[in-house]
Amino acid sequence: MTVVFDRPKSLTDKKFHYCPGCHHGIIHRLIAEVIDELGIQYRTILVGCVGCSVFITDYLDVDGVQSAHGRGPAVATGVKRTRPDHIVFTYQGDGDLAAIGTCEIVHAAARSENITVIFVNNTTYGMTGGQMAPTTVVGQVTTTTPEGRDARRCGYPVRISEMLATLEGARFIQRVAVFDPKMVREARKAILKAFKNQMDGVGFSLVEVLSACPTNWGIKPTESADWIRENMLPIFPLGVFKDVQPDVSGQALSGQAAPGAAGERG
Amino acid sequence: MKVLKKGNEAIGEAAIRAGCRYFFGYPITPQNEIPEYMAKMLPSAGGVFLQAESELAAINMVYGAAAAGARVMTSSSGPGISLKQEGISFLAGAELPCLIVDVMRSGPGLGGILPSQADYFQATRGGGHGDYRTVVYAPASVQEMADLVGKSFETADRYRTPVLLAADGSLGQMMEQVEFPEPIDASSRDTSWAVGQGDGKSRKVLSSLNLDAKSMERHNLDLQAKYDKIKECETMAEHYYTEDAEAVLVAYGMAARICKGAVDELRAEGIRAGLLRPITLFPFPERELKEAVRNAGLALAVEMSLGQMVEDVRLAVGCILPVEFYGRTGGVVPTVKEISGVLKDLMKRGADK
Amino acid sequence: MNRVTFNKELCKGCGLCVQACPKKILRLGDSINSMAYNYAVITDMEACIGCASCAMMCPDTVIKVEKEVDDE
Repeated sequence: MTVVFDRPKSLTDKKFHYCPGCHHGIIHRLIAEVIDELGIQYRTILVGCVGCSVFITDYLDVDGVQSAHGRGPAVATGVKRTRPDHIVFTYQGDGDLAAIGTCEIVHAAARSENITVIFVNNTTYGMTGGQMAPTTVVGQVTTTTPEGRDARRCGYPVRISEMLATLEGARFIQRVAVFDPKMVREARKAILKAFKNQMDGVGFSLVEVLSACPTNWGIKPTESADWIRENMLPIFPLGVFKDVQPDVSGQALSGQAAPGAAGERG
Repeated sequence: MKVLKKGNEAIGEAAIRAGCRYFFGYPITPQNEIPEYMAKMLPSAGGVFLQAESELAAINMVYGAAAAGARVMTSSSGPGISLKQEGISFLAGAELPCLIVDVMRSGPGLGGILPSQADYFQATRGGGHGDYRTVVYAPASVQEMADLVGKSFETADRYRTPVLLAADGSLGQMMEQVEFPEPIDASSRDTSWAVGQGDGKSRKVLSSLNLDAKSMERHNLDLQAKYDKIKECETMAEHYYTEDAEAVLVAYGMAARICKGAVDELRAEGIRAGLLRPITLFPFPERELKEAVRNAGLALAVEMSLGQMVEDVRLAVGCILPVEFYGRTGGVVPTVKEISGVLKDLMKRGADK
Repeated sequence: MNRVTFNKELCKGCGLCVQACPKKILRLGDSINSMAYNYAVITDMEACIGCASCAMMCPDTVIKVEKEVDDE
């Protein structure tokens, strides 16, 4: 008998507190699998942010720094500039990254900060009970849009991947989902690439993961795949929005590794 | 060797000599010389200078770098320090060392760019949330700007706590002679508590989050014990002719320099005036102040604000003797004549009673 | 025969594994664990193809999958 699937080493023993069917657990596991595969457990520093995943530093068996809401990319910048030999990543929800943290994520990307960002988009402020988020879709009922999000009053959802991809400093941006095994495999590949990029000194890499929040969507976990297909995919299409390598002049060139790029940022 | 240096630049130079190798900041008048100096000098010293996207981002970069064991600083003025309050609370809660420089301008709000001392409450009372205190040093000369930078880093490390250096805008702009200390190698600091040791021996998590009430209370009690120790060991003040003083001026920073001139003028007229100059604003030198007023019948707090430090003076000695206040604000700097005049008036009124 | 092992105390009865299994041999059982969730169980171990779709979808790392190795 060979083990084809087991709990990754880079998870601690602590039981996840997440709701049944919450995709945080899948995404945490994928990150741990990637850390195991790349052999970087002892030189990874996680910047935990604020949301349901505020306790992520209890779950991933790597060094951790707890950030204030939205400030993760700035904290990660401070950590990475001090420890460029370490792999530094943030794990942020849509409220954290796309509302209060919009400034910090834009500028970390603009600077092409050599960090990895895992952006978990579930269209809601889960931890605080399901309020409207920047990624809540028009018509979606939340506790602060009880009649459904009205674009005339509350505007439209923000597409972070598309937006950040316009920045020259953004090197790798992909939007994935984890609502079925095929999607999970694709998400793992994207996360692996986002971490590998940092090891190769490529620059700012972000993976946006469409994620379920059955509790605040008011549905069963097994209904969340359809919910994401119907409500999220039309607004947040999956795909690679940016995949470039830096060249020596600092201008991005597609698919070409720059000489010396690997050593530059560490 | 003494050199002529601008106050703001003296801070930068002193920081580099103290082994600071990380600076994250943002432009704001009247402290722009600090990030500009660091931008020019830090890279060649092997350090990292980064202009952040806001003061809020800057303090969070400081937090990240401090968590990774860096000797790190930022600088700003009142409005930017307001933005940093969340970050300072986080630094205090996670017990991380760093230096925050506040070159004070007038406020509130957007205010003006001329000097004031109106950030005293913000500096000493927190301004950020939670039960924490920030150690605050207040220089009164360019030499002190340089000396207290090194002291700030030492104190920050010794107690694993954020330290704020509060200088008003005039100190930042003035040029005076300064003798800088010899550069030190700060790489041997104990940072065994920091993340990023990379040895796989024990996981380090730095956080200020704690949802368990008893454990959180314990943490807060530990922080308070730390502040008590700081009070006991790090309080600094200067006595200027207080031994036989019948009236004691209490002032810090630029206001103290002007008060020294007032003391000299009053003494020449036969009035036994003295000055107690707090150098640490937190911890406030209560003991030194009590000593300074032991023969006095009047204390006069002088500030470039409408009365913030005076509350600490009243707390310390208000039950012992009358504490009066004189202040100018908005960028107006009081003169020696004004202060001597006010003190003489007060003494006359007191005598008439 | 392939083998799936469930760490039942971690299971929250979300049903994602049941939904993902291509052979439809998983279900939420009748017993509850200490969290009072009906934990997932396998109804026909012999029919398991070891694809690990269940384990891939599980948010709580409940499932371990082992495949039989041919002895050559």
